[in-house]
Amino acid sequence: MDIVIAVVSAIFLLLGGFLCVTGGVGILRFPDFYTRIHATGVTDTLGAGLILIGLMLQVPDVLVLVKLVIILLMTLFINPVATHALAQAALKSGLSPLLQSKNHKGG
Amino acid sequence: MKDLFAVIMLAGMYGLLSASFFVTMDAVDVAFTEASVGAGISTLLMLTTISMTGRYENTTRHRPMLALVVVFVTGSLLIYGTLDMPYFGSAQAPIQLHVAPHYINNSMSEIGIPNIVTSALASYRGFDTFGEVVVIFTAGVAVWALLMVNVQRRKNTEIDDANNSTHEQHFIVRFVAKMLIPFILLFALYVQFHGDYGPGGGFQAGVIFAAAIILYSMVFGLNTARRVISQPIVQLLTAAGVLLYGSVGIVSLLSGGNFLDYNVLSADPIAGQHLGILLIELGVGCTVASVMILIYFNFSGRKNDRELEEHKETT
Repeated sequence: MDIVIAVVSAIFLLLGGFLCVTGGVGILRFPDFYTRIHATGVTDTLGAGLILIGLMLQVPDVLVLVKLVIILLMTLFINPVATHALAQAALKSGLSPLLQSKNHKGG
Repeated sequence: MKDLFAVIMLAGMYGLLSASFFVTMDAVDVAFTEASVGAGISTLLMLTTISMTGRYENTTRHRPMLALVVVFVTGSLLIYGTLDMPYFGSAQAPIQLHVAPHYINNSMSEIGIPNIVTSALASYRGFDTFGEVVVIFTAGVAVWALLMVNVQRRKNTEIDDANNSTHEQHFIVRFVAKMLIPFILLFALYVQFHGDYGPGGGFQAGVIFAAAIILYSMVFGLNTARRVISQPIVQLLTAAGVLLYGSVGIVSLLSGGNFLDYNVLSADPIAGQHLGILLIELGVGCTVASVMILIYFNFSGRKNDRELEEHKETT
C-alpha cells in the first residue's frame, strides 16, 4: 500500500513539476501578453494544484493535510481570478490580442 | 531602469524572495513581516503612487558619476568596517554572549510563552518596540498632514451609481473578494492573538487586517470603503494604539515596577506578563492597521476624487 501511495504521489509531483516548467517556457516563448498569462495560469493552477495533491498523499498527520487542502482551495480561488483581472485590465487599457493573419503566422 | 512599474514589481519579488530566505534561516516571524509588508503593502502603496505620478522616470539631471563615486567610497568604508567584526555565526561574538543567552534560557520561566521572539519583542525589549510603534504613528500622521484630502460628503446614491455602472466588468473579482475578505480578517485576528504561541503578533496582524480593508476599497471603490470604515475612527485608532501601549507602561510604573514591567500588572508575575503582552500587541495591531489604512486612503483619495468627477461629467 505504501509503495502505491509513494508512486502515485511521485507521479503527481512529477506532472506538477513538468507543468510548472512548461509554464515557465511558455512565458518566455509565447508571442503576446494573453498567451503568456495563459502559461502562468497553467503554472499557478494546475502545476501548483498537482504538486499540492502529490504532497497531500504523503502527509504524516491530519493537521498538515487540512493545511494543504486550505492552500489548494486558496490557490484555486485566487489564481484564476488574478489571471482574469490581469487579462481584463490589459484588454480595457487597449492591448489587443495577437491574432493570426494571412501574412503573419503567430509565434 | 526607467519603467517604474517594473522597478516596483522587482522590489516586490525581492521582498518575497527575502521572506523565503528568512524562512530557511528559521526566522519565521521576520519572514512573516517581510512577506506582508515588503511584498504586500509597500508594493501596493508604491503602485498607488505611480498611478498618480506617472509610470516613467524623467530624464536625469544629476551626475551619475559623482553619485557612483560617493556610493563606492561609502561602500568600501563599510566593508572595511566589517573586517573587525567577529566571523558570521561565531559563538564568541558579543551578540551571542551579552543578553541573548538570558532571553533564550529564561524566557519560559520569566515570561511563560512558547514564542521567544514575542517575549523578546514585547517584554524584554518592550521599550524598543514602543519606539517602533511611535515611528509608525509618526509616519502615518506625516502622510496624513502632507496628503490630507478633504473627504467630501458624497450622496449615497451617487456612490451607488458609480459602483453599479462598473459592477458588470468587476463582477468576478468582486465576488471572490467578498468571499475571501472574512477569511483574511479572521486570519489577521488569529495572527494577532496567537502571537504568543506561534509566529505572528501585532505588526503582522495589523498589516494583514489593513490588507483586507485595502482589498475591499480597491475592488469596491474608495467611497464605498469610506462608508464602511469612517476615516475619523481610523485616525482615532491610530492614536489609541500608541496610547494603549504607553498606558500599559504608565500603569506598570504606578504599580511600582519599571516602565513596561508587566510583572506588577497582576498578582502572579507570569499572568501579568501575559496580560501586558496581550495589551501591547493589541496596541501595536491597532496602530499598524489604522496607519496603513490611513496612508492608503489618503494616497488613493486624491486620484479617486478626480475619477468620480470625470464619471459625473460623462453621465
